[in-house]
Amino acid sequence: MSRPLIFEISRPGRCAASLPDLDVPRTELPEELLRDDLALPEVSEGDLVRHYTHLSQMNYGVDTGFYPLGSCTMKHNPKINEAMARLPGFTNLHPYQDQETVQGALFLMHTLQAFLEEIGGFATVSLQPAAGAQGELAGVLMMRAYHQERGDTARNVMFVPDSAHGTNPASTSMSGMEVVEIPSNQHGGVDLDALTAACQQHHERLVGMMLTNPNTLGLFERQVEEICAVVHEHGGLMYGDGANLNPLLGIARPGDLGFDVLHYNLHKTFSTPHGGGGPGSGPVGASPALADFLPGPIVKVDPDRSEEDLPFYALWMPTHTIGRVKTFYGHFGVFVKAYTYIRMLGPEGLRRVGEYAVLNANYLKELLKGTYPLPHDRVCMHEFVLAGPPKDVQEADVRTMDVAKRLMDYGFHPPTVYFPLIVDEALMIEPTETENKETLEAFAEAMLQIVAEARDDPDILHDAPLQAPVRRLDEVRAARDLILRWQPEENEA
Amino acid sequence: MKLDPEARYTEHHEWGRLVDDEVVCGITDHAQETLSDVVYVELPMVGDVFDAGEPYGVVESVKAASDLYTPVGGEITAVNEELESAPELVNQDPYGDGWMIRIEPSDPDELAELMTAAEYESFVGEEEG
Repeated sequence: MSRPLIFEISRPGRCAASLPDLDVPRTELPEELLRDDLALPEVSEGDLVRHYTHLSQMNYGVDTGFYPLGSCTMKHNPKINEAMARLPGFTNLHPYQDQETVQGALFLMHTLQAFLEEIGGFATVSLQPAAGAQGELAGVLMMRAYHQERGDTARNVMFVPDSAHGTNPASTSMSGMEVVEIPSNQHGGVDLDALTAACQQHHERLVGMMLTNPNTLGLFERQVEEICAVVHEHGGLMYGDGANLNPLLGIARPGDLGFDVLHYNLHKTFSTPHGGGGPGSGPVGASPALADFLPGPIVKVDPDRSEEDLPFYALWMPTHTIGRVKTFYGHFGVFVKAYTYIRMLGPEGLRRVGEYAVLNANYLKELLKGTYPLPHDRVCMHEFVLAGPPKDVQEADVRTMDVAKRLMDYGFHPPTVYFPLIVDEALMIEPTETENKETLEAFAEAMLQIVAEARDDPDILHDAPLQAPVRRLDEVRAARDLILRWQPEENEA
Repeated sequence: MKLDPEARYTEHHEWGRLVDDEVVCGITDHAQETLSDVVYVELPMVGDVFDAGEPYGVVESVKAASDLYTPVGGEITAVNEELESAPELVNQDPYGDGWMIRIEPSDPDELAELMTAAEYESFVGEEEG
């Protein structure tokens, strides 16, 4: 099934583009700007179309099948979002246009900011960050800036639970701060005693804490108010990782729970494409105390330039802003899609999203937990984490990775594996609200069938996938011998 | 699970062994097995100074990246540069060629306070529960 790369089907002189006749005098490029070391592929239009059509057919996405990738919220991306983002009034805008001429686009951004403020319970939202991890970095930089602005410069310790997304410690380190890991209790939540002790120990150096709620086990952090209180009591701020916001929509607001700053993932919760179909977008919401530190520009109504019944939307930099984190205004096309999604659903619809996300995850959990071990057997939120295949199967050396690979043969995208780190052989499953009962049952049936196969003939699983475009990849070799781009053979270069 | 009877062990699954007044350190056989194939090891600089239990480096497998913690405090006198090109040594020989660092201990008695091989074996047994 292996197909050549576009470089490998290249033949000198073939061309897929026809340029119109010159209507200006022909001018040669300056000699010193010409280079012949770029191995640009030369193919005909027909070869080009077949090559990329074939690749697109090998691809697997939410439009082809079930994609229960935990923590990623791979929900259906409504097609009306795409239609709206392609309206010529949006696509023909230029970022250097005068504000007077883009009032419609600024209105959309302003309204989306307000929607996100209301949904998250925050005073102000900036749409700048390009994706979740960048939103997180922006939030952490805001927390640091907040302390420094107050002259509280000794603070450089951030608490991160041992169940956290890897981006949390990464954002902290990138901001030049120190990570202190907070252990989980036996219910899968933050160990409050350990947190209190850490607060006392790092009292004067505490920047704050990064918390995901529901956490990466898919469990609601029941002590979230106590956690926020103890961190606040020691002068710290609470950062909310909004990756798992989906099940809270219309039900609970992170701002009300005690968070000071939070990033949203428009490409998860608000149905814009990601995982190859992006780009993402990671707006940041802030409490009144932190709003002045948000990245900018933010869209505001300028009262001086507004007329009665006709507000004037203007770009504005918060007073103590950490600055721009993205060129221009962020990923505007993604804003249009998220805006459309929120408008289409309305408050009742968004609440139903949260409820169905929780219902679907719990239904699937109940179908699987009799066969696959479930370490934290509680009502879950939008996802749940299994501890790999049953013990007898693991003893026959069939692991989570083998189950994941075999699922591909059944036509499903594998769940997230080996995360969170606090569960051995973790299988993290998030069905999302847009899957129907039949799909959930078919997936559960495949998961149970795989265990039956493993008991019968473990080698089927060790060899899987058998039906995918490529067989089992050597991930260890790929990580040890990094070859990051295609390298031409010596004589072809 | 393989053990080195000469070494002392920590709850972070690290070992330390006294060699010529210095402590050679690495991760245990149990740790390498849990991590699976190690693909990258990040080690400190010679001359760096750490307290006992401080993170001194990172070990990365296809499954996860984990911090490395010093079993005893002191100054780094050598690091295993072989691991840069051959991280698989950690899997193949965790108590030998897969060693990570040598420390000149600031407190020579610190190592003896850690678990013996037998104590570590029952610690792992309890943890697996």
